Amino acid sequence: MTKEFKRTDGRKPGEIRKMSAKIGVVPNADGSALFAFGKTVAIAAVYGPRKLHPQHMQDPSTGILRCNYDLLSFSVDDRKKPGPSRRSQEISKVAGWALESAIDLKSFPNTVIDVQIYILQADAGTRTAGINAASMALAHAGIPMKDLVVSVAIGKQDKHIVADLTKEEEDYEEGEGATDFPVAKLANSDNFTLLQMDGKIQPERVKEILELSTKVGKEIYEAQKKALKEAICEDD
Amino acid sequence: MSLLSKITITMKNEINEAHEAVETDSDASIKRKVVVPGETIATGEDYLPGEGTIREGENIIATRFGLGEEAGKVVRVISIFGAFIPRRNNVIIGRVTDITFNGWLIDVDSALQGFLPIDEVPRFINKNEMDQFLAIGDVVAAKIWSIKSRGIDLALKGKGLGRLEGGFIFRIIPSRVPRVIGREGSMINLIKEKTGCNITVGQNGWIWIKGQTVDNEILARKAVEFVADKVHITGLTEKVEEWFGENKK
Repeated sequence: MTKEFKRTDGRKPGEIRKMSAKIGVVPNADGSALFAFGKTVAIAAVYGPRKLHPQHMQDPSTGILRCNYDLLSFSVDDRKKPGPSRRSQEISKVAGWALESAIDLKSFPNTVIDVQIYILQADAGTRTAGINAASMALAHAGIPMKDLVVSVAIGKQDKHIVADLTKEEEDYEEGEGATDFPVAKLANSDNFTLLQMDGKIQPERVKEILELSTKVGKEIYEAQKKALKEAICEDD
Repeated sequence: MSLLSKITITMKNEINEAHEAVETDSDASIKRKVVVPGETIATGEDYLPGEGTIREGENIIATRFGLGEEAGKVVRVISIFGAFIPRRNNVIIGRVTDITFNGWLIDVDSALQGFLPIDEVPRFINKNEMDQFLAIGDVVAAKIWSIKSRGIDLALKGKGLGRLEGGFIFRIIPSRVPRVIGREGSMINLIKEKTGCNITVGQNGWIWIKGQTVDNEILARKAVEFVADKVHITGLTEKVEEWFGENKK
């Protein structure tokens, strides 16, 4: 390596974009939150536990979590055609799984908790911002949870492991190219609830990715915690 | 003593109002702070995990978002957001959605359907004229008798329960009902006294108000909303009295 590696927006490799988080953005929902990584903005609304329709989906042994993720049509440069797509269905599923293991669904048999995640503005890392927002919204809805879920996309540009890629960085083509590795985990333990990968990576470097995500996860957890605490104290 | 009067006495003792909420903010030994799920509230073997907490090794961890409270050795989390989670003996307010051959289906604003059997009504009802007593769309205050996975069984046997006539209903966040009621009903009695309104508070967050004038009803509603809004403040009763001083004409 001859010249020093520089990220396009001047961040250090392990540095994430500026976060912003807010609770209670959808007053009609039981719980709601907004979470942003730089230009990526996600909102999440939680309804329930409530009656599950259709009835044949009801499970007397546990409640179920129904998660829906989508991009709003104005969130990307080319208008996104509204309605479910292959991509949004996949992300809805994995986001649901990432959140499910943190929630105590067993206490609400025959019911459903609905989580709606919408992306207001997309600049890569939408599913991770969405999971962060949904985790806060679930807490806001008073649902019993083991822990908050934090999520971040770790990536690789050529040989460098970087945190929280932007769209521009995701399209990096030099050397080994770019890899996108979204991770979700429980904030206070090393239980990972989502691991996905798009691109290529050496198996031995996955460990580095997980270590970086643990480190960055702490920062995200602090941001979530701060927003939740402010939601109660701002009333005075 | 006649049998009838005996029955009346037992019924009076059985159920009063929904005064099961315990408000404990005036005790000095109680520490409160806002906690998020996964946060450690207390460390040590002598602490006992209460509602909304679990033990993980040495630590007591919050499982809900709300006010973490240490009362002596018991640690619990008071939730202040979220949907209604029914408990036995809760007084709730619901709306009749259907009439079946042996009872009424009642929407109680929760995940489970409420059902009021005809036998749990304290007077004789002719099965052919059930809508004379409760028609579809009527609002009723009832007590939760039992909770099964299929639904909630309700009963009307108790003081202050039954069909609510006149007045209006509105909603607050269900987790804040205990605050609105106050310790042994102190808060709600204060509001009743100041406004002269009849108020029934359902644990599901529905509140029914009926007063002499519309102005009084609106004042009572505003007072209830004021209390529901200021959940985390200590010494709320004094604040409410102050509030009445400012807002009562």
